[in-house]
Amino acid sequence: MKKITYSSILSQLLLLIFVIIWIIPTFGLFISSLRDKDLLAISGWWTSLTTTEVNEIYRMSGMESQIQEKDYFIIKGKIFEKNPGKKIQSFGITSKKINEFQIGETAIFKDKSEVTIDENGNYLWKSLTEFTKKKGKRIFTTSLSPPSFTFDNYREVLFKEGIGRAFINTLAVALPSTLIPLIICSFFAYALTWMKFFGRDTLLAIIIASLVVPLQMSLIPILTIYNDFGALFGVAAKSYPGVWMAHTGFGLASTTFLLRNFLKSLPNEMMEAAKVDGASHYDIFLKIILPLSIPAFASIFILQFLWCWNDLLVGLVFLDQVPSEIILTAKLKELLGSRGENWEILTTGAFVSMTVPLFIFFALQRYFIRGLVAGSVKG
Amino acid sequence: MSLLNLSFIVFLGVLLFISYFHISNFVLDKYGERTNNRYRFENSFRVIIFILPAFIVLFIFILYPVFETVRLSFYDKFGREFVGLYNYKWAINDPEFRRSILNNLGWLLIVPTLSTFFGLVIANLADRIWWGSIAKSIIFMPMAISFVGAGVIWKFIYEYRGPGDTQIGLLNAIIVSFGYEPQAWLTIPLWNNVFLMAIMIWIQTGLALVIFSAALRSIPKEMIEASRIDGASELKIFFSIIIPYLEQTILVIWTLITIIVLRIFDIIFAMTNGEWQTGVLANLMYDWMFRGGGDSGRGSVLAIVIMIGVIPILAWNLYKHRQEQKI
Repeated sequence: MKKITYSSILSQLLLLIFVIIWIIPTFGLFISSLRDKDLLAISGWWTSLTTTEVNEIYRMSGMESQIQEKDYFIIKGKIFEKNPGKKIQSFGITSKKINEFQIGETAIFKDKSEVTIDENGNYLWKSLTEFTKKKGKRIFTTSLSPPSFTFDNYREVLFKEGIGRAFINTLAVALPSTLIPLIICSFFAYALTWMKFFGRDTLLAIIIASLVVPLQMSLIPILTIYNDFGALFGVAAKSYPGVWMAHTGFGLASTTFLLRNFLKSLPNEMMEAAKVDGASHYDIFLKIILPLSIPAFASIFILQFLWCWNDLLVGLVFLDQVPSEIILTAKLKELLGSRGENWEILTTGAFVSMTVPLFIFFALQRYFIRGLVAGSVKG
Repeated sequence: MSLLNLSFIVFLGVLLFISYFHISNFVLDKYGERTNNRYRFENSFRVIIFILPAFIVLFIFILYPVFETVRLSFYDKFGREFVGLYNYKWAINDPEFRRSILNNLGWLLIVPTLSTFFGLVIANLADRIWWGSIAKSIIFMPMAISFVGAGVIWKFIYEYRGPGDTQIGLLNAIIVSFGYEPQAWLTIPLWNNVFLMAIMIWIQTGLALVIFSAALRSIPKEMIEASRIDGASELKIFFSIIIPYLEQTILVIWTLITIIVLRIFDIIFAMTNGEWQTGVLANLMYDWMFRGGGDSGRGSVLAIVIMIGVIPILAWNLYKHRQEQKI
């Protein structure tokens, strides 16, 4: 008994290590997307989970904001525009001694002006002579910053960086690209399973073979077809319907294969009985097959939808990279190139692109897994 | 295109297909009398209605392109003049191509093997622990997100700052805290491939995990209980019972991931764009589709090389299909 407990602790520990390694990258991205963009660039995301000490430089206001009070010229202001609970511990007036003064102490500059700061970042800078410089002096602060999170990055990314539009574009690509194959393949799979016709076995073998054909084999010829088609009819070569049909083509084999596997498992007697009653194949399809296939449809819908939502290559090749057509993954890739240092945009953009897959994942995991296990093979 | 227009064409596009099936079948139901001698006639119409759209799509998007790509590989960059084996000779002598082939081979060796291995180990661990299903969920989650999204996630992990600066990338922060120099991980040739593969393993382990979990349930519990009573250790059970029992599943998962890895494109495109010797075939192909106005000959050769990689799997699948048909 003792031995089993020992090994069970060991396996729990091992599994815990796996889980931690697997969750940390995504967790880090999520936390980062909620952080202040300036902090994001200068400190690791893991520091934001606890209260940390941050050193900052602030330049006080200049002569324009001074007021005169009795003998003194005074400039007042706030160091933090929006203070998310930071508490200043100490401050300094030269870069060499940034911790020279405590809160409550008065720092005196070379020109005899004096400054005091309270812990919330309100400063009071006074001088006997009038301030004459447009820019104020720098002060260095050391403050304790509690964990603080904001949705600012999301606001910026959704509306200013075009991620919001890309989100809608992706939806406009993924929905028809999922529904169209589902519609045409359900009839196709029905015919392959329940109808007898010449060449059925060959067609089935072609489907099995097409399952593993890499989509790279199709890119150049289809692009050529689209270009010719566009030139012939004077329409754009790259368009939403073009992408839908491309996704339909690339998803056709796996959708048909999965649906056929499901249909094969339904009892034959039901179909025969309906036929005897005078039902046509279309009646059988609508009234018997369709209601029975809902769970299978759900699984396949999820697989194909996630595939289209997450796709980059098809969207890159068959859509123009303009704001009204660019999809999320292509947009992210573009941002990786142009805004590679703006981690607030990248992390937030990536997380926005993940919202739909994650929602599907958590809400419909059962169907997702069922679809995958049923043998998702995709070319 | 305005949002209203966009949603309109989305709606219209889907409606088009539904109405095709509905109207054609409706007409056939109404005018095709279901008497015995007309049944055959009606049926052959029905078959055409049912399979035509899918067949056209299959033909245009898979069958025709496969032959066209083979043809184009023997033609010049515009697909006009026959050049024989010129494009193939170019490929063999091209250093970029060789590098890509080697990288692809590395991916094929490492990613399916490690993903399958991790998937198997985790499925086993999770099977015996009460919080196992939560753990499985977490490890499975990367399967749902895009390769580009995963790329951003990991680029953040690999982020590099100069030795004096605060590291915001997790990996460098760990390295620095142990007193080593920070590294620009993605620019170190050979090793950077491994760092890119790690992303793929991170994603595909989930796939292996769920399939193994389903397969594990088919192992008779009595068998494992019996060997436990006989005093076999957990490791012994794992190697002598579970692995032999799951042989078929292991093979299936391994080929599944191999197919996915063969055409790997997004991760490399997003992370390094093939620089620092990380290019693979699919990236090189994408490059040649547009480089210098596009070279359909070279692009096609590269697609065919990827295709050659899946031919053994294709043949095996067809063979298995034949066997099933016989039964």
